[in-house]
Amino acid sequence: MAATPLSPISFAPSPVRSRVSETEHVGLDALEPGERGVVHGMRGDGPIERRLQDLGLLPGTRVLVLRRAPLGDPIEYELRGYRLCLRRTEARRVLVDRSPAPVAAPSPSRRK
Amino acid sequence: MTAAACGHEGAASISSSEGLLRLGLVGSPNSGKTTIFNALTGLRAKVGNYPGVTVERREGGADLDGHRAILIDLPGTYSLAPVSEDEAVVSRLLAGELEGVEPPDALVVVADACSLERSLLLVAQVLRLGRPSCLVLTMTDELVARGGKLDVARLEAAVGIPVVPVIGHRGIGLDRLKRILGHPEGWSRPPILPPASAIERGAWAESVLAHVLVRRPGRSGVTDAVDRVLLHPVAGVLVFAAVMVLFFQLIFAWAQPAMDAIDAGVGVTSGALRAALPPGIATDLLVDGIVAGVGSVIVFLPQIVLLLGLLHLLDDLGYMARAAFVIDRVMGWIGLEGRAFVSLLSSYACAVPGIMATRTIPSSRDRIVTILVSPLMTCSARLPVYALLIAAFVPARAVFGPVGLQGLVLLGLYLLGSLSALVVAALLKRTLFPGEGLPFYMELPPYRVPTLRLVATQVWGGARSFLKRAGTIILLVSILLWGLLNFPRVDPPPDLAPEAARSYAMEQSVAGRLGHALEPVLTPLGFDWKIGVGLVASLAAREVIIATLAQIYATTDEDASLREAIRSDVHPDTGRPVFTPGTVAALLVFFVFALQCTSTLAVMRRETNSWRWPAFAFSYLLALAYGASYLVHRVVDAFWT
Repeated sequence: MAATPLSPISFAPSPVRSRVSETEHVGLDALEPGERGVVHGMRGDGPIERRLQDLGLLPGTRVLVLRRAPLGDPIEYELRGYRLCLRRTEARRVLVDRSPAPVAAPSPSRRK
Repeated sequence: MTAAACGHEGAASISSSEGLLRLGLVGSPNSGKTTIFNALTGLRAKVGNYPGVTVERREGGADLDGHRAILIDLPGTYSLAPVSEDEAVVSRLLAGELEGVEPPDALVVVADACSLERSLLLVAQVLRLGRPSCLVLTMTDELVARGGKLDVARLEAAVGIPVVPVIGHRGIGLDRLKRILGHPEGWSRPPILPPASAIERGAWAESVLAHVLVRRPGRSGVTDAVDRVLLHPVAGVLVFAAVMVLFFQLIFAWAQPAMDAIDAGVGVTSGALRAALPPGIATDLLVDGIVAGVGSVIVFLPQIVLLLGLLHLLDDLGYMARAAFVIDRVMGWIGLEGRAFVSLLSSYACAVPGIMATRTIPSSRDRIVTILVSPLMTCSARLPVYALLIAAFVPARAVFGPVGLQGLVLLGLYLLGSLSALVVAALLKRTLFPGEGLPFYMELPPYRVPTLRLVATQVWGGARSFLKRAGTIILLVSILLWGLLNFPRVDPPPDLAPEAARSYAMEQSVAGRLGHALEPVLTPLGFDWKIGVGLVASLAAREVIIATLAQIYATTDEDASLREAIRSDVHPDTGRPVFTPGTVAALLVFFVFALQCTSTLAVMRRETNSWRWPAFAFSYLLALAYGASYLVHRVVDAFWT
């Protein structure tokens, strides 16, 4: 597995990461609309994976699943302040830690 | 802290061949890059709201605070590590490896302030190129409206290059931007370059952002609300279908008054010229060749303007990306992807830009498939032909509320072309071009109110290129045809009436003989020699058939409009109408399929770098057109008469 473990890099809030670090990684396509996840890494190391990284799907990035297209594919995600559509086949390449269901229910209009 | 104030000593000597500063504009799609380019250069350039529209490299001269500079509008990209031919051009250009193109002396990164979190990844890549760089922040008004706050001075300090916030569509901040862009030698340079690896770049972006983002922008409430409807599993599909129906209905209904006015204007002009000039061959050429030929094309400008206007309006609004999101699964079934949809959609206006838009498709196989089927999308050059035949032969009857029979027939023709394109693409993918699916990613930009000036600029650009074609190819073909139709000049038998004499002269002309020679092939489709002449002429460009028919019928009936003329035309032998329902239907279907367009063939040759694919496209589409027209003619005439 090419997924690189997180390097100790300073970026603002980290409690989410430490809480989920023990859970199993799933493909981004496995998340349901409304679910959140934190990117862990990529399944491979090809041009597609590199492009997904350049689109902002980097370790530690929080992703919210917004919706599926009317016919089920592609899927719309929100990350890094923008909205990105990926097909299932590409989303599967992204490994995420499923964020636990929000307990303190953050308002849907404000991430984190 | 302004750029000039914090200037490192001008380490970079800004070199330039003609002494002109060359600035490269880099940015992701939807960043507002093209708006900035337009604002600085004043050039008419297309501005899109859909990822992948900016496919051409464009340059424009700009006056930057008294300095003349060349602005290079680089194709929109999310990354400098290329995955498509388009992006490879950018990285090669920036590296100075593109032959014949000087690399820019300095780079201007354009980034949407609302998605800075992502844009900083591109900024990091640009900084690593080591050229003088500066960052332009667009959509700062939107950032504020969404409750966000950004500390520009801290951003300048953190990134190490000048940062200029602008509101491109309102021109706010442009004067300062021009002052700064004019002096790249004074731009500050980052003391330490951002990291090279993607993962570390992400961490770098996070740390910069944490430093400069005072308040994170909330989500666009409007976009959330609208998307809940437009991307809804049921409502979204219904809206998609409704938008398409409305689209064509409106174009057809709204264009009519303007078309009638232009029609009348051309008639008046011809009449006045004929009255003022002495009769003779020169007057015939002017009136029947030039005025009639160009006039018959200009008359359809209102429809083209409306079509382009609606297309660009939806694009700038942000709906085109949603449409691709809704339709992507369908494109996936035929083995293509959302961006192929954009290309095919562009082909609704004209296959030429549609084919050029395929450059954003990374897989060359998918690219060729998309190019081969793009002529099946109903381009605006077919619209005049459809409009003429529908207006002449389909009754203007209401079918359901405001939806009329004419609009439904037009919609049917669009659907026939579109569905055929999908079927042919699926067949090609399964036979000639088997291959894996493309990586698909697409940004859904926030909905933005399109500025009318921008839409108008885009429409004018499209209309101008149509007129240019009308003015060059069509005018040339009109004159050539006038020659074919009038030479050799024969003396008709003296006892013939003037109209019949003209008809006789026409039949004896080169074109008439050609039409007659083709008749054995055309009769099974229900076409007579006049339609045959029109079809031969339309091989240059589809709409030329109208100019041709106008010329042919002008020789038999000068005063009635073309519509009346073809409606009342009868076979001289049988006395039955030339345009039977079967003939009209067959002709419409022929135009759905046949590749009658010199420009399309030329651009196919250029994009595939071989005559093989244009030849293939022309042959398979001609076979398809002939077969389908034959069937339709048989079926319709069997049921109608």
